[in-house]
Amino acid sequence: MTMSVDEVHDGHAFGPNPSPRIVMMGLRRGGKSSICQVMFHNMQPLDTLYIESTTAPTTSVFSSFIDFAVMELPGQINFTEAMIDAERIFSSCGALIYVIDSQDEYINSLANLHSIILHAVNANPNINIEVFIHKVDGLSEDFRLDAQRDITQRVTDELLDDGLVNVSISFHLTSIFDHSIYEAFSRVVQKLIPQLATLENLLNVLCQHSGIEKAFLFDIGSKIFVATDSSPMDVPTYEICTDFIDITVDMNNLYAVDRRPKPVTRNDANTNNGTVSITNRLESIPQGRPIGSTSRLSNGVILYLQQMVKGLALVCLMRKESMPKIALVEYNIEFFRDALEQLWLIG
Amino acid sequence: MAGARRKLLLMGRSGSGKSSMRSIIFSNYSAFDTRRLGATIDVEHSHLRFLGNMTLNLWDCGGQDAYMDHYFSTQRDNIFRMVEALIFVFDVESKELRKDIETFVLCLRNLYEFSPTAKIFALVHKMDLVIVEKRQDVYRALMKSLEDTSAMFSFQVQGFATTIWDESLYKAWSSIVCTLIPNVTVFQKHLQTFADISEADEVILFEKTTFLVISHVTNAPSPSFRSDSTRFEKISNIIKQYKQSCNKLRAQFQSLSLRGSDFTAYLDTMTANTMIMVIMSNKTDSRGSTDLLGNSEINGDSDDSFASEAENNIILANIKIARKMFEKIEMMNPDAR
Repeated sequence: MTMSVDEVHDGHAFGPNPSPRIVMMGLRRGGKSSICQVMFHNMQPLDTLYIESTTAPTTSVFSSFIDFAVMELPGQINFTEAMIDAERIFSSCGALIYVIDSQDEYINSLANLHSIILHAVNANPNINIEVFIHKVDGLSEDFRLDAQRDITQRVTDELLDDGLVNVSISFHLTSIFDHSIYEAFSRVVQKLIPQLATLENLLNVLCQHSGIEKAFLFDIGSKIFVATDSSPMDVPTYEICTDFIDITVDMNNLYAVDRRPKPVTRNDANTNNGTVSITNRLESIPQGRPIGSTSRLSNGVILYLQQMVKGLALVCLMRKESMPKIALVEYNIEFFRDALEQLWLIG
Repeated sequence: MAGARRKLLLMGRSGSGKSSMRSIIFSNYSAFDTRRLGATIDVEHSHLRFLGNMTLNLWDCGGQDAYMDHYFSTQRDNIFRMVEALIFVFDVESKELRKDIETFVLCLRNLYEFSPTAKIFALVHKMDLVIVEKRQDVYRALMKSLEDTSAMFSFQVQGFATTIWDESLYKAWSSIVCTLIPNVTVFQKHLQTFADISEADEVILFEKTTFLVISHVTNAPSPSFRSDSTRFEKISNIIKQYKQSCNKLRAQFQSLSLRGSDFTAYLDTMTANTMIMVIMSNKTDSRGSTDLLGNSEINGDSDDSFASEAENNIILANIKIARKMFEKIEMMNPDAR
């Protein structure tokens, strides 16, 4: 899945617009490769200890509902030379993710970040700058908030000093050992999807008419959520939805007619309670009728998953009172599915 | 009615992983959580109700030398009497394998004296630390010496290669606990009947808290999933983790139904202590509609969903009916057949 920088302008899902690109930068040993491996190549977080330093720019092309390429620039390249190349990259990127190691002294990072922002905004004024304050699993709650406040303060101050006021910049606290990295990445990707408002609207309509409390549109392969309805979201709900996708896919792979290499299940030591990951999750979903699953919980909540087009899945939370009318809900979901298909055709 | 009490001895050198295993299987720890476990002081007793009519009395014996010396001297009587099963844990990375085997022999000697009918299990643990190609050899080499030593006392040792980082732990413990369930053949028989009547491809019965496999029946004609012989423990592992996820929302999961690409799986509560999983594969011959020209599935989707809805209800109804039977089996006098 790694290609040279130039090969990335390839096929895409959305018509004449080039596929969204995200570039990831940061000082060395910040965690960029680990993030890519965990999110897109299904590596276990504990195994990222063994990743070697990245020496050349690496691109992961990720094509599911949305073709995007995540390019990782090594942290130890010669800075000034790199910047000249980088300007070319920035002009075709939708977002720049800068990874800061929060467990280390981050002053150098911030100086580097500032300089990069100047170049990026120069090349592409519309680029979204996303700062990942990474490795927060090792910090206490207070410390995390402090770090976030401090970094936000310093960065925005420096930008103001340089007269840059219209820079779109966001800060996220992340760690590969829990769901925060997925959430942060979801938010980054959502800003790059032109169809976001339409999808949210569709989800809102679906929820209102089907008695669904919360609905997410997830990308099965990376567990990034593409859209959600407007009801308030809390983290445990998001986490259980990602776990639900995991078990559905894992169980499906145990019993589906053998079309893919057998998965190896291992206890993933990342989250509080671990999720079982399998290799090549996205490729391992066989074609056939769309996968769906339903689970009843003891507190009256029903988790409902339906596979949609293009590696997406709709995950809903309903109450058990909706179960007698499930046929109607499924009928509505079919309309939703058709709408998604049309959205992709129009592109 | 008196439940069967089964005393299990869990022994092995200090740090071999006994308490970690115990907490994962019986106390809902995740593999990651076991890091915070400290050394076991002397013997830790756990009484675990397993199914309706059996209590597992697990003796987790701390492996430090000081305690071990006591077990074989002053506490011999106490420890080795009335033992149903010995589970001896070997740390595959142990630098003193000789000594571990000697301790094993000491256990066998004492069991021969106090509980000659005990079953012997050896777990070759922490296999994740051995490179994949060497695993089979390491396991076989150790088992050979254990089999030889056990034969000296006319014991038959059953071995398992395990690690807390994958499903092999569930396989080992499921097998161990199954040999202790007093009427496991009755469960098997009735599960087979259930599978035959439901025309299911596979039916698995799990214990509710630990998700160890009590019994399973496979009727599948197609070889597609029979090829993965480790699927039972994988399911245990997957569902256990799902249970832990649900606990985050302060809820337990009650049922799960999965419509896969060419099969359907139902996981539902059977009795208060067991859950049942039923796998049905799509039987296209009986359900696909064909027109005169032999083109199948004209009404594809709607037929499919009607059929699956009907099938859903039938399975749930069957489970409900079977529930009473299985409750009776659990409550059975352990010595009845």
